[in-house]
Amino acid sequence: MPIDILMPALSPTMEEGTLSKWLKKEGDKVKSGDVIAEIETDKATMEVEAVDEGTIAKLLVAEGTENVKVNTRIAVIAADGEDVSAAASEKPAAQAAAAPAAAKAPAAAEAPASTQAPVAAAPIAIQVAADPAIPEGTTFVSTTVREALRDAMAEEMRRDPDVFVMGEEVAEYQGAYKITQGLLQEFGEDRIIDTPITEHGFAGLATGAALAGLRPIVEFMTFNFAMQAIDQIINSAAKTLYMSGGQLGAPIVFRGPNGAAARVGAQHSQDFSSWYSHIPGLKVVVPYTAADAKGLLKAAIRDPNPVIFLENEILYGHSFDVPQIEDFVLPIGKARIHKVGKDVTVVSFGIGMTYATKAVAELAEQGIDCELIDLRTLRPLDIDTVIESVKKTGRCVTVEEGWPQNSIGSHIASELMEKAFDFLDAPVLKVTGKDVPMPYAANLEKLALPNVGEVVAAVKAVTYR
Amino acid sequence: MAVAKAKVGSKSAPAAGRKTAAVKSARPATVDNFSKEQELFAYREMLLIRRFEEKAGQMYGMGLIGGFCHLYIGQEAVVVGMQMAIRTGEDQTITSYRDHGHMLVAGMDPNGVMAELTGRRSGYSHGKGGSMHMFSIEKQFFGGNGIVGAQVSLGTGLAFANRYRKNDQVCLTYFGDGAANQGQVYESFNMAQLWKLPVVYVIENNRYAMGTSVSRSSAQTDFSRRGVSFGIPGEKVDGMDVRAVKAAGDKAVAWCRAGKGPYILEIETYRYRGHSMSDPAKYRSKDEVQKMRNEHDPIEQVRARLLEKGWATEDDLKKFDAEVREIVNNAAEFATNDPEPDVSELWTDIVK
Repeated sequence: MPIDILMPALSPTMEEGTLSKWLKKEGDKVKSGDVIAEIETDKATMEVEAVDEGTIAKLLVAEGTENVKVNTRIAVIAADGEDVSAAASEKPAAQAAAAPAAAKAPAAAEAPASTQAPVAAAPIAIQVAADPAIPEGTTFVSTTVREALRDAMAEEMRRDPDVFVMGEEVAEYQGAYKITQGLLQEFGEDRIIDTPITEHGFAGLATGAALAGLRPIVEFMTFNFAMQAIDQIINSAAKTLYMSGGQLGAPIVFRGPNGAAARVGAQHSQDFSSWYSHIPGLKVVVPYTAADAKGLLKAAIRDPNPVIFLENEILYGHSFDVPQIEDFVLPIGKARIHKVGKDVTVVSFGIGMTYATKAVAELAEQGIDCELIDLRTLRPLDIDTVIESVKKTGRCVTVEEGWPQNSIGSHIASELMEKAFDFLDAPVLKVTGKDVPMPYAANLEKLALPNVGEVVAAVKAVTYR
Repeated sequence: MAVAKAKVGSKSAPAAGRKTAAVKSARPATVDNFSKEQELFAYREMLLIRRFEEKAGQMYGMGLIGGFCHLYIGQEAVVVGMQMAIRTGEDQTITSYRDHGHMLVAGMDPNGVMAELTGRRSGYSHGKGGSMHMFSIEKQFFGGNGIVGAQVSLGTGLAFANRYRKNDQVCLTYFGDGAANQGQVYESFNMAQLWKLPVVYVIENNRYAMGTSVSRSSAQTDFSRRGVSFGIPGEKVDGMDVRAVKAAGDKAVAWCRAGKGPYILEIETYRYRGHSMSDPAKYRSKDEVQKMRNEHDPIEQVRARLLEKGWATEDDLKKFDAEVREIVNNAAEFATNDPEPDVSELWTDIVK
């Protein structure tokens, strides 16, 4: 029985990758442990080792092919004693041989990988409103959030020698999530600095450097680890300006992926949006699109205050149109109307927007015209944009991955009650993550996160449909 | 997995580092004598701190100063000796909440410090910081930090900024024997030595972390050895003798300025008062305190030398005392009469 070699998933969020290099050719003998290929994931270049012994009968995917879906057949090995040419022409091996993820896999495995658009970049069936910050006639280029963040840092580092990047694996490793890719090569080791695994220490060290007038960008490998450093972020970075009567502040950016990734369990899956948004003295930015990621990160780096910049691992690989504007800087503290509508206001931010956009598209087909607001910044919160919208629609649903108690949605509901009570035709409903630590099992994890159906149901509830 | 490598401070000299990692625990038997000018300067500075702190204690009792108020009485030789070893206004200083002495010796205005203690508008932080939170960019004093040990990482960052800017400035990072048990201290030691940052860690060992004596809190009570596993040199210093402090400070600062990395000074000192104003200090005997005051007082030591050497007469010293008292009384009066901050201050300086 010939053995199929499938495109492996090499990170929790990997859906596809580039088969960058074959290290074996057809006819080569391989044994367990031999490196047969190099695969570029969303995060790194990884080697694929053979598990079985035999002869490479056929390489099914050419070197250099991009967007090869996880679980696609990439090669066939003829076991010892098998006829190599027969194995090469063999149809895909029985599905039972595939990984447990086979539920989704066969479809991907049979379709030619390149013709299928990545799930992430599935077109959104709604008309996205123009950002007033971007002039008419601007040309756009499709960019991933990952590239947009890197470009923002690189541009600011070229502009200001006081800007430097510090964090775990940011330099030689090129970033645990490849956000800092290429920065070490351009800016050198004095400005792209690998730290030991020492969050509390380097958050404090960087804050000290900021007090001395430098402009550090601190990358937390994920914000889960920033809990170790939260004393320095809040007590030292956020409060010093006030405690010093305005004399001394910390111009610093703390950035990194926030919230749940995929199947990484409770300690690595937490949304800190509402935690940081609680703190006077901080600014909190949570971009969804690549354009916002770029324009707002540049603004964050220039901001004289500590800015918490919450990214999302799942969004890193998503592509969006980024305006080709020299020095594209967006204002912190301004929400963006993602879609204009009249029936109900849907408010979200960051990865919450992925549920919101899909729900809004689905609802449009059912005749409910939602206005979708992407908050982009959580502190200072652009509540005025939300209020203005609710004055028009009379209804509001919030969407976020964080826990329900003291959530961003809770705060918006309270603000609306105080400031737009007479305009509300229905209670404000919030769609949030469930009030549980994140489970590992795939089905439970899915249940713990918000979903499109919940957003649709909430909108229908407030519109009495 | 990429191999981690020191990114900054690649010009480390391993051989030298190894040699100097040996920790001197023994104090030098003798210290270099001060010149007349140095003795007079030290005397006056220490006296100013003591009188200022006595006055602060008194004003606290009168309800003019609120909250926490941590007095520095007994420890004066530490900051005065260290300040004599650095370039004021250029080298940075950062410390904990027991910070009044550090500010005065850095040359910050006693009126502004006292007015901050009373929470008035002319205080260094416009009354918004209080006893524990004052800063002066002009004097390169970075607080005044209320979280035990946090200033150690921050001070390491100030030193990082010096390296980044390729200047030869040094940061004095003060902390106590209590803070020396915080985890981030060792995170900072590691990075400071890895990147050869110009930071002198000045451990003010006053024997009590609030009410817990060093022997009850610390497995390794020789704090000068706390950097051994990182290869950071350290030494113990008699913190009641300002000359010893200055000599050790000179050496440590020169080490840092030369780009050799951090240095640890464990300065053995003693606080005469409680941890804060509300601490009755029941954890130690009155005799212990009295013995320190009688036999090791840092100000009395200088005073005795000045008289013995004929560098000052009793009358001269009385005159100094009167001058210092006047400064302190003026500060107290200023801080009592200065108005509270305008209520609009509540909403300013939150973000720039």
